[in-house]
Amino acid sequence: MTAPIPEHVTRLSVTGMHCAGCVSRVEQALKAVPGVSEANVNLGERTATVRGTASAAQLIVAVKASNYDAAELRGAEDEAKKEAAEFAHYRTLLRRFFVAAAIGFPLMVAELLGKMPMLHQPGGQVFWLGVAAATLFVLVYSGGHFFVGAWKSLRANNANMDTLIALGTGAAWLYSTSIALFPDIVPSLARHAYFEAAAVIIALINLGQALEQRARGKTSEAIKRLIGLQPKTARVVRDGQEVDVAIEQVGLDETVRVRPGEKVPVDGVIIDGHSSIDESMLTGEPMPVEKRVGDTVTGGTLNKSGSFLFQARRIGADTALARIIAMVRQAQSSKPAIGRLADRISAVFVPTVLIIAVITFLVWFNLGPAPRASFGLVATMTVLIIACPCALGLATPISIMVGVGKAAEFGILIRNGEALQQAGRLTVVVLDKTGTITAGRPTVTTLAPAAGFQETELLVLAASVEAGSEHPLAQAIVESAQQKGLALQPAIGFEAIAGHGVRARVADKTILLGNAKLMQVHGVVLNELEARAADLAAQAQTPMYLAVDQRIAGIVAVADPVKPDSKEAISRLHAAGIKVAMITGDNAATARAVAAQVGVDEVLAEVLPADKANRVSALQARGEVVGMVGDGINDAPALAQADVGFAIGTGTDVAIESADVTLMRGSLHGVADAIGVSRATVRNIKQNLFGAFVYNTLGIPIAAGALFPFTGLLLNPMIAGAAMAMSSVTVVSNANRLRFLRRAGVQRGEGAP
Amino acid sequence: MTAWLVNAAGIALIALIAWWFWLVKPAARRAEGGVVEVLVADGVYTPARIEVASGQPVRLRFLRKDPSACAEKVIFADLGVAADLPLNQPVDLTVTPPRTGEFAFTCQMQMYRGALVAR
Repeated sequence: MTAPIPEHVTRLSVTGMHCAGCVSRVEQALKAVPGVSEANVNLGERTATVRGTASAAQLIVAVKASNYDAAELRGAEDEAKKEAAEFAHYRTLLRRFFVAAAIGFPLMVAELLGKMPMLHQPGGQVFWLGVAAATLFVLVYSGGHFFVGAWKSLRANNANMDTLIALGTGAAWLYSTSIALFPDIVPSLARHAYFEAAAVIIALINLGQALEQRARGKTSEAIKRLIGLQPKTARVVRDGQEVDVAIEQVGLDETVRVRPGEKVPVDGVIIDGHSSIDESMLTGEPMPVEKRVGDTVTGGTLNKSGSFLFQARRIGADTALARIIAMVRQAQSSKPAIGRLADRISAVFVPTVLIIAVITFLVWFNLGPAPRASFGLVATMTVLIIACPCALGLATPISIMVGVGKAAEFGILIRNGEALQQAGRLTVVVLDKTGTITAGRPTVTTLAPAAGFQETELLVLAASVEAGSEHPLAQAIVESAQQKGLALQPAIGFEAIAGHGVRARVADKTILLGNAKLMQVHGVVLNELEARAADLAAQAQTPMYLAVDQRIAGIVAVADPVKPDSKEAISRLHAAGIKVAMITGDNAATARAVAAQVGVDEVLAEVLPADKANRVSALQARGEVVGMVGDGINDAPALAQADVGFAIGTGTDVAIESADVTLMRGSLHGVADAIGVSRATVRNIKQNLFGAFVYNTLGIPIAAGALFPFTGLLLNPMIAGAAMAMSSVTVVSNANRLRFLRRAGVQRGEGAP
Repeated sequence: MTAWLVNAAGIALIALIAWWFWLVKPAARRAEGGVVEVLVADGVYTPARIEVASGQPVRLRFLRKDPSACAEKVIFADLGVAADLPLNQPVDLTVTPPRTGEFAFTCQMQMYRGALVAR
């Protein structure tokens, strides 16, 4: 049996079209897909609008088959629609609750006060049959979906919570109705009706589901916030005019205007103007970033100061924001191993409860006090009602969902539930040095002029000589001079002396820039600068001597500076009881110097790129649970080998794809944050599982009457209904507490989200 | 006499429950090319058992008609695949069972249950 799929409109962004001929080819390809009733391609927007029953995936395959590319365009309205549907369902549940409560609660109160007429009184039977009809109405109107669900799953050899509710309330109603119809079939003691129990249970379960629906809405708030980042409209330039269009209408390569205070609508590259852009919503990085022509901008970020034009390069489901949302969604629905036991239990749970219910009845029937059938029925009904396995099944996924969302708020993208669980168990975190602990871009860190020379003079000479060189250290020197606004002088006769340094003539003087050997060869006397150079080298800087006409002029030292917050982040890891190791291809001296600056416990220096993964597995062989943090292509194998791989989000795509966790900001704080979120989430899952296990393992025996022989206590089925309704609400509410998690051990103002 | 009857009926019922829910498997729908459409409504996936070839990707199209939150996700726990199911909107998923055997797909709470039977 397949249900008809309603006709709907799908919008695609199509790439690779240049001409009207392309348009008709794509249109024909789309129309050829079964179920498509209409397809329109807009060359200007590079979009296709398709009406029909075909899915987006089918359409994309068709477009790709005709050698173009396509992606689905989806907007914020999907989420609005989803929310509207959820709210409508919430209202339905509340209505069902009110109807059931309006009939059930007065009956319950009258029963408790002893105001109900007896069956054998004049008119008593008619009254009770009226109550039976009213309760039947409740079962059909407020509880009909339980019965339909129970029947359908029964036919599919499946049993679920609908089965339990339908059996429990259905049995109560059938038993009570048969007593009302034929009072004489049971002894007078047993002539007790349970109509009000059926109605009140249905009312409470609907109320519980309504509350759960509300609480669940909150668990997906992280996603909603991410979706809320995307602006609804964009200002595009078409035919020389700036027009506001819906975000879905923005085509590839179109020119988009962003004014101060507006959000960037899609991903692209600035083609005119410049501005500072607040990217904190995506990266958690609080400082706005300067952007000029040629720089990329990301959809959802906030333009602070200038007005600029950019060319749209990625739209629809392709944008960074859309992919982040997709990744968070995917991770939210994945499960770590900790949930598997609960899964196995809930898989066999319902039939087991049914069997326990039958056994309960038989025990009461054979051993119980009179009226045995009534006691047996109440206990059986209570067992069925209390045993809702929802709390058990919900315990893990709901916490994962909130945890992954919370991490996303901190700028941490977690790929799956497994990684979220593992991160909290790490015993060692291995940090790549370059680009992870350090900024990954060498800069001039020290200028030490000799007597008779100025710092600027030193820098200008060094930069002028190096202007022609492509060596990264040389570029660092040139950039440093440019940043200070210093004018370079032309250099002639540039010569690189391998292993030593460079030589050139600037302003009629011979300039030498290089290591001690270069100076020795040319007979330059280093004097006290030699000791200074050794000092700098010990601080992980690379000192270079500069000589003017064979006279020493000073030292220019270049280093890859440690990121400002690396040290604090590492001490947070220590505080969490995690050992920190540094891995690098650099020489041992530089590595030790950086290690001393940031305080790592172990240094793995001079490691070849291919060996990084081996070092990680060596740590694992020692019994450590290893987290690896890196940014480069050469880190990818180690990231994949580690128990949890963290990619620095500013790093390469290869690293990000090999990692389990992506840190959207460059900071190492993300590792400590991820571990914090992981531990809190796992703790939350354990609380939920514990609560659910206790609820079911205690609830069922009490419902069955295990306390009766000792205390005479038998659980009222209505209390069971309330307990069952509250168990799911409790689990969802407990998971919601994770939303209030704070980042531990972060100094005030340090990148607070 | 009644007591015997009630007890016998109870034991028979227990046997019936165990047999029906644990031993009987509903007939599997065979996936033959194209798309297998799975309706998500009233607490069950229809069809709930889908026979597929192992190692071959199979396209499943889920259509959720049940507004209750329980049905909002479908999860193939063993295959690491999951999807949100918006109400009344078909969602296509392509999954590839890596070997022969049964691969369950469920909702978050495991109340909706189905299986891919890979041969």
